[in-house]
Amino acid sequence: MSEYNFAYLDEQTKRMIRRAILKGLAIPGYQVPFASREMPMPYGWGTGGVQVSAAVMTPDDRFKVIDQGADDTTNAVSIRTFFERTAGVATTTTTSDATVIQTRHRIPEEPLSEGQILVYQVPIPEPLRFLEPRESETRKMHSLEEYGLMHVKLYEDISRHGHIATSYDYPVKVEGRYVMDPSPIPKFDNPKLGNVAAIQLFGAGREQRIYALPPYTQVVSLDFEDHPFEASKPDHPCVMCGAENSYLDEVITDDTGGRMFVCSDTDFCEARQAAGHIGTMNGKDAA
Amino acid sequence: MTPLLSVQGITKLYGHHIGCKDVGFDLYPGEVMGIVGESGSGKSTLLNCMAGHLTPDAGAVVFDTRTDGPRDTVTMSEPERRMLLRTDWAFVHQHARDGLRMGVSAGGNVGERLMAVGERHYGDIRAKATDWLGRVEIDATRVDDRPATFSGGMQQRLQIARNLVTGPRLVFMDEPTGGLDVSVQARLLDLLRGLVRDMGLSAIIVTHDLAVVRLLADRLMVMKDGHVVEAGLTDQVLDDPQHAYSQLLVSSVLQV
Repeated sequence: MSEYNFAYLDEQTKRMIRRAILKGLAIPGYQVPFASREMPMPYGWGTGGVQVSAAVMTPDDRFKVIDQGADDTTNAVSIRTFFERTAGVATTTTTSDATVIQTRHRIPEEPLSEGQILVYQVPIPEPLRFLEPRESETRKMHSLEEYGLMHVKLYEDISRHGHIATSYDYPVKVEGRYVMDPSPIPKFDNPKLGNVAAIQLFGAGREQRIYALPPYTQVVSLDFEDHPFEASKPDHPCVMCGAENSYLDEVITDDTGGRMFVCSDTDFCEARQAAGHIGTMNGKDAA
Repeated sequence: MTPLLSVQGITKLYGHHIGCKDVGFDLYPGEVMGIVGESGSGKSTLLNCMAGHLTPDAGAVVFDTRTDGPRDTVTMSEPERRMLLRTDWAFVHQHARDGLRMGVSAGGNVGERLMAVGERHYGDIRAKATDWLGRVEIDATRVDDRPATFSGGMQQRLQIARNLVTGPRLVFMDEPTGGLDVSVQARLLDLLRGLVRDMGLSAIIVTHDLAVVRLLADRLMVMKDGHVVEAGLTDQVLDDPQHAYSQLLVSSVLQV
């Protein structure tokens, strides 16, 4: 453990990131610029999330990483190993045991509690980016609360598809003020952003922005009066644990149209199976 | 009667070069003002100063707001000015591409201003957008097409619909017929004249096309090198120009 400073980053960098986090917590939903460092991984692999995790981590923390809900995918495994080596912190895959959870594209199914920190990896922090390419203009729109354009995107969705087809990266309004990009979580997870006991931090490494949701913040998904927001998911139970209310991944099983749906949150699914919930394909050889 | 817009001593300098110098006039509700002059005479600078796109070096642009009465828009705070730009004012660009969102459907383009002022009912927004497409003679079946698939004249009409949907009281137009062929121009002018008369709009039209002002404008200002050289009723100025430059301008039009 002598090769690295605790959690890889030097103390001055962590102070700088903590200042940005504190500012973000003070102004929920506001994107705070910070001097993002080069990390030993490519942009798009969670450089922002890793820097935020490093800044909030203490030697007593238990760390969990999920990637699309799973603890065992490449991204999750490599980031977990990274902090095992550079910080020497304990790691876990159990949501309720973890004190710091870094996530890519999901919020754990199990409700978070006070004392936990959820760190999101964010590719593009600016919700208005695809409609207004100028940063100077989007900043002005945020400062003057001009968010009509966000609804133009939803309007386009309805006119083209008959319903709001945006299924991830679904824009939200925080405490009636800032419109925020919740990172590419499925819109099924949007209701879990608001009124949460845990602290939620968002780090975008390439775009050099940090924003945050303090505990028990009001978060509202944008919609139209006649096309209200709907948290959608595949209309199936999980084949492994039988859960009806968790977000599901579609898994193609053969080339003749066979498919199955399993929980994207692996920890949630395994805990349910251990508790005796059995899905339709559990115990059979799916492959 | 309070003027809708009172422009007082607008001056804009680009270093030593004069953009426009000490321009002033009053515009009353329902009146259409034409500003003509050659390229570089400062008419677009003046328009941009009035519409809040440029900050004038001196002068005031007093607008009779709905809630607070006459207010100087130059010293007004930015959120207030941008609110005006979305509600009571409209700006029609010379190139439709500058005024439209090319990646968004026609309906979305028209609906944007409605959503910007807080409209949140999809059905209503779409109905209003379709209604406005009809008013500017665009087929309702094109409501979900992108403006990139429209002809130049249609794009310009779409831009007008997008601007007028919130019922503005003052419209700024920068060469609205520039770059269109004559028959399309004629139809657009016809449409504009109808809309201006029906809605009782006030408008300021900058152009170098005298036919446009003859058809639309009640009053006319002739600009040269950043100064107003002549102002008066349109027919008066065009039929009996007093200043040497106005005479040149009127006589330059090719009679066919």
